[in-house]
Amino acid sequence: MSAVFAADIPYWGQSLLRALGGAVAVLLPAGTIVYVFLFKLMSFMQSRLGPMEAGPYGSMQLFAEVGKWLQKEDLYPDRADRFLFKSAPLVVLLSTFMLVVAVPFGPDAIFTNFDNGVLYVLAVSSISVLGILMAGWASANKYSLLGGLRAAGQLIAYELPMVLAVVGVVIQAGTMNMQTIVVKQNAGSIFGWDGIGNPYILTQFVGFLVFMIAVQAELTQAPFDMPIAESELVAGYMTEYSGFRFLIFFIAEFATAGVFSLLASTMFLGGWGLPWSWFNWGSLDEVHNVMNVVGPLIMVTKMMLVAFIIMWARFSYPRFREDQLQKFAWKFLIPVALGNIAVTSILKVAF
Amino acid sequence: MTMIDERRQLSYIAAQAADARVNVELETEGMTLNIGPQHPATHGTLRIIARLDGEQVVWAEPSAGYMHRGYEKLTEVRTFPQVTALVNRIDWLGSFANEVPFILAAEQLMGIEAPPRAQHIRTILFELSRIANVSLFLGDLGVQLGAITPVFMAFRDREYVLNLIEAATGGRFHPNFDRIGGLKDDLPKGWLEDTKASMHKLRTFCDEIEDLLFGNEIFQSRTRGVGIIPKEVALQYGLSGANLRASGVDWDLRRDRSLPMAWDKVDWKVWTHPDGDCFARCWIRLQEVREATKIVDQLCDTVPSGAVMAKVPRIIKVPEGEAWVSTENPLGEMGYYVVSKGDTGPFRVKIRSASFNNISITPWLLKGVLVPDIITILASLYFILGDIDR
Repeated sequence: MSAVFAADIPYWGQSLLRALGGAVAVLLPAGTIVYVFLFKLMSFMQSRLGPMEAGPYGSMQLFAEVGKWLQKEDLYPDRADRFLFKSAPLVVLLSTFMLVVAVPFGPDAIFTNFDNGVLYVLAVSSISVLGILMAGWASANKYSLLGGLRAAGQLIAYELPMVLAVVGVVIQAGTMNMQTIVVKQNAGSIFGWDGIGNPYILTQFVGFLVFMIAVQAELTQAPFDMPIAESELVAGYMTEYSGFRFLIFFIAEFATAGVFSLLASTMFLGGWGLPWSWFNWGSLDEVHNVMNVVGPLIMVTKMMLVAFIIMWARFSYPRFREDQLQKFAWKFLIPVALGNIAVTSILKVAF
Repeated sequence: MTMIDERRQLSYIAAQAADARVNVELETEGMTLNIGPQHPATHGTLRIIARLDGEQVVWAEPSAGYMHRGYEKLTEVRTFPQVTALVNRIDWLGSFANEVPFILAAEQLMGIEAPPRAQHIRTILFELSRIANVSLFLGDLGVQLGAITPVFMAFRDREYVLNLIEAATGGRFHPNFDRIGGLKDDLPKGWLEDTKASMHKLRTFCDEIEDLLFGNEIFQSRTRGVGIIPKEVALQYGLSGANLRASGVDWDLRRDRSLPMAWDKVDWKVWTHPDGDCFARCWIRLQEVREATKIVDQLCDTVPSGAVMAKVPRIIKVPEGEAWVSTENPLGEMGYYVVSKGDTGPFRVKIRSASFNNISITPWLLKGVLVPDIITILASLYFILGDIDR
């Protein structure tokens, strides 16, 4: 990609272009598609039609809602800490934006190819906790405060199993570069058979399960939606938000679901490669350029598949209690993830 | 009993901890949380004032009366036939069941009895309103615990029952169909067959809810062992209905009291549960919907022919006297103490509604629980605001 941006554009200009490109090219379609797809899906699960009015079969629903939310007054509580209150949604959205930067969509279609992309992604994903805590504290509302504190406790507790689940992948790939992880999965073979490569979900299925559960908690989706818990805390840390600040929280929720699905498909499902279509390309440089176009489509498809699983769980389960959630993280998920790391490293040495 | 003792101990520790902190230099302040009157989980305008220590409740009290409509007073300026339109609105999810005990009390004072066909149809409609009421509870239970899908299933399948009630009475929510001496009208043609078909759907709905909610591990971990009401306490606080049966008291007015209704003519079972926790209360209600469909099914087969209205004068004057009739309504025991002075309207009516007594246990029950469990316990006690405030 660096060849496209010739040297006459300064580095900050390149970065800006990439950031804008990321916002427009990834987040907008991802948000829209995930939103409409999931709302329709949810409706069919609940024996109703879902959005039908905006556009054909309600496909323009997100734009209609953005239009609605933007018209609303930007309210803030009287005793709110106004600066924190107003900036909190942006911090949450920022975390989502920063996550996309490291996700590879094709051999060259990647915003920034970090050498330790996995580490970066895991670090950046926890920025949203700050935004949620800010929102909870600054709202000057008891429900918001309870929601914010619950969110902080929950997100920190589930950060750990998520990191530990990914460690298995890192051990197997031997790298933290997301692009290399994708190539290794697709160029790999299962006992000499290289038909579908070696997607790490086959060897790291325990890690994948732990990762998906942790993602569910990280996204505060049911059964881990105590920070929002509409029947207990009204709307948790979002209680006092209205208008476009609520919209930002709302979009961040769905966009983050999409981005975490992208991460899961990159690390466990073979990324932008498709089974039976890896034509013995040895390294990244040999990959045909057409993958820069096909890759993003494959990624979006995989993202929808993973997001479907996330939402499926969301629509079927009741929520845990706060203490049950912590017990589940510390007494079950983390030991399982640690065991997975131990087994992976033993097998890595053995093979 | 060990679990109850643990719970008492826990609430004692919480109270002690909250007291101790008042005088500590680095004091952590308790928080008073007003749950309601506007809160998504209180089905209306119940207000629970809870003092919290972290997320643990130290002290809680329900504050009712935000929706008081003065029905007891209003009945005094109405004639007897007009009162049913009022009492319809007490428990608005199972309206027909509210009319029945009042009409029975008036009939008792007048010394008349509805013809057998009217008694049968009354019982069918009574049980249909129970299904309409409790099936919504089963869906709402999911929402209270964070599962959003069951409520849509509940609304979908409750529609069949509401359609039946509408077909028979003309009103979906407020039938106002019961008359002193019988019913306003006979059933429409083909209604009994439709009812039987719908009851089959409702039983499928019960199975679905049992799979989706009651069999779910998270649901069980949220409700089992939470909000335990022992038998003696339940009796002392005057609980009734499913809340009492879930504490192991075998008590059902449909079976225990002889009323001119058709419950004694069919075969059904009163379920009890030994645990007394939230799960038991929810499970009892699920079984009650199943039993109600069974009752309706059997009654549909055996509706006798004949008139639906006894001979009553055009202008109803109820002789002087006092009567107390209570029935086993969807929410529990609902009764009317009617005092008549020989006039066209009642002199005084005392309404005993189930929810008011059922929530009176909350200060005892909520002590020491966590905030999420407040919602679970309130959901499982199952009250309707109209039934509390009247």
